[in-house]
Amino acid sequence: MALLDVQNLKTYFHTEYGLVKAADGVSFHVNQGEIIGLVGESGCGKSVTILSIMQLIPSPPGEKAGGKVIFEGKDLLKYQPNGQEMRSIRGSKLTMIFQEPMTSLNPVLTIARQMTETLELHLDMDKSAARERGIELLKMVGVPDASRRIDDYPHQFSGGMRQRVMIAMALSCNPMIIFADEPTTAVDVTTQAQLLELMKDLVTRLNTSLVIVTHNLGVVARYAQRIYVMYAGRIIESGPSEAIFSDPQHPYTVGLLNSVPKLGERHGERKLIPIYGLPPNLINMPPTCAFLPRCNAKIGRCSKEPWPELRVVGKDHLISCYANIKGK
Amino acid sequence: MAKKTVNTAPSQDAMGVAVAPPKHSEWRRFARIFFGRKLYLIGFIIVVILILTAIFAPLIARYDPVTNDLPNKLQGPSTEHWLGTDQLGRDIYSRIVWGTQISMEIGFAAVFSSALVGILMGLAAAYFGGIVFAIIMRITDALMALPGIILVLLIAGLGGRGIGVVIFALAFGNIAGMARMMCGQALSVKQNDYVMAARSIGMSNWRIMWAQIFPNAFPPLIVGLTMGIGGVVLGEAGLSYLGIGVPAPAPSWGGMVMDGQGYLLQNPIISLAPGVAIMLLVFGFNMVGDGIRDAIDPRLRGVL
Repeated sequence: MALLDVQNLKTYFHTEYGLVKAADGVSFHVNQGEIIGLVGESGCGKSVTILSIMQLIPSPPGEKAGGKVIFEGKDLLKYQPNGQEMRSIRGSKLTMIFQEPMTSLNPVLTIARQMTETLELHLDMDKSAARERGIELLKMVGVPDASRRIDDYPHQFSGGMRQRVMIAMALSCNPMIIFADEPTTAVDVTTQAQLLELMKDLVTRLNTSLVIVTHNLGVVARYAQRIYVMYAGRIIESGPSEAIFSDPQHPYTVGLLNSVPKLGERHGERKLIPIYGLPPNLINMPPTCAFLPRCNAKIGRCSKEPWPELRVVGKDHLISCYANIKGK
Repeated sequence: MAKKTVNTAPSQDAMGVAVAPPKHSEWRRFARIFFGRKLYLIGFIIVVILILTAIFAPLIARYDPVTNDLPNKLQGPSTEHWLGTDQLGRDIYSRIVWGTQISMEIGFAAVFSSALVGILMGLAAAYFGGIVFAIIMRITDALMALPGIILVLLIAGLGGRGIGVVIFALAFGNIAGMARMMCGQALSVKQNDYVMAARSIGMSNWRIMWAQIFPNAFPPLIVGLTMGIGGVVLGEAGLSYLGIGVPAPAPSWGGMVMDGQGYLLQNPIISLAPGVAIMLLVFGFNMVGDGIRDAIDPRLRGVL
């Protein structure tokens, strides 16, 4: 059975201009020890999905509009967002790594204070034990001179080092699942590679599941075992990462892959084809497929019928599209 | 490991990352900026002198501040009476020294009690938002509409006089400002990712408010607090000047200014001396407030 089973998750935002369905029926599951990629453009609902699972969406304006998040046999959405049950899960069993290492650490507290917080909170450790564990964790994520550096303030660390600290904090209570919300977007490419390797090593070693949220296909291609592609608040294609990359079935995924260069390609061998247009405005969307205006594989049904349900096109491989691009 | 790498520059660990630079002392950095500017230093010295004066008033004062000595009234400065005597023959220098104690007492007590309440209100309003925010902000509106003078008059009318009433009235008048200031700061601090991160590790609302938001929202308030002391002392002087502050014969600076009013032409020092004392105190606390802000606010720090 899946460790985490998200079923038909819906999170809406009530804004001045109308209803924004930021996550509109998102379903996915995470197995133990698996690395999952959640891919999509900015504003497609990736982060909202993760924050909804953690119940960190501010309300108002956000609203839990439906769905289930089954974790250890219980529906997390049934809990109060700030209730005891939810708080005891957050940070111990489900943890997060945020995008911006520069701002996700509190500037006025030492690393030690911030690291020991989780340990004291969830594992009931005393101060000195928590500190020892903090140093051990910092060593694990490759922060040099950890026993001295733990007393430093965040501004004394570089961006990459801060993200290592964040990873260490996320790992501190031996979580079941780590949600990494664009963990490497704010650091440069070399650091990015180091951090991803580090995370992969650690989760494999500790048999923790990792959900990587990113807009970078290269990141998921290399590390994720299964991939979910999101568009306008929905999952439009999902499957094992080999299937997604070698045999994409949804026109959007095809477009995404056509628009990024591949390593080893000769100059001029393949033309990069952009996806024309912009992602739709999520306010008051039409019931038809949100990708329709940008789609180059549309068929007559598309503009008449509502957004298609996910259908199976291969082993564990699902798409939400009426067209059959491989049949053409 | 540290020993081995001492002589190998640049020192690197196994991962090819340079090891940590030597640590700076936060205190030394604070002191360097705080005492680095003359004006702050002067303000600080004034405040220190005033605080010491307040503490050691019994040793520093040369005469009893309340005992009349009518034969020696309205004397000019002399070696006997450094600042002369007032219309009841009391030594002005001694009265100012004792007045420092009263001013400090009122200043600190009023500011800290108002800060305590104001900060709690502001934090709660900003953190919880919504209805809590609306209610607390309307309360501050109501508080702002109530002048301290009226409040003191009211309490005095009900039969209460004394330092406690003055402190209460001045603190009461300060709460709204404190709550507003805290709320504004906390609202902006609340937007930071680390607050979300704190929630994501399951921290309770109370802990987030105090451990995450408060330390980040507080530095700008220090200015408000220190300057608030100056403001409160000024307020006390105002109330005493009107005769509804600290009751006579206690040596309150504001009361002393009023006492000297009738003798401005003959003996202006009776009013001038306590006036200068008030001015020095307000100036001192304002400078210290500015200095502290510059020295502890990471955004104004400029240097590592």
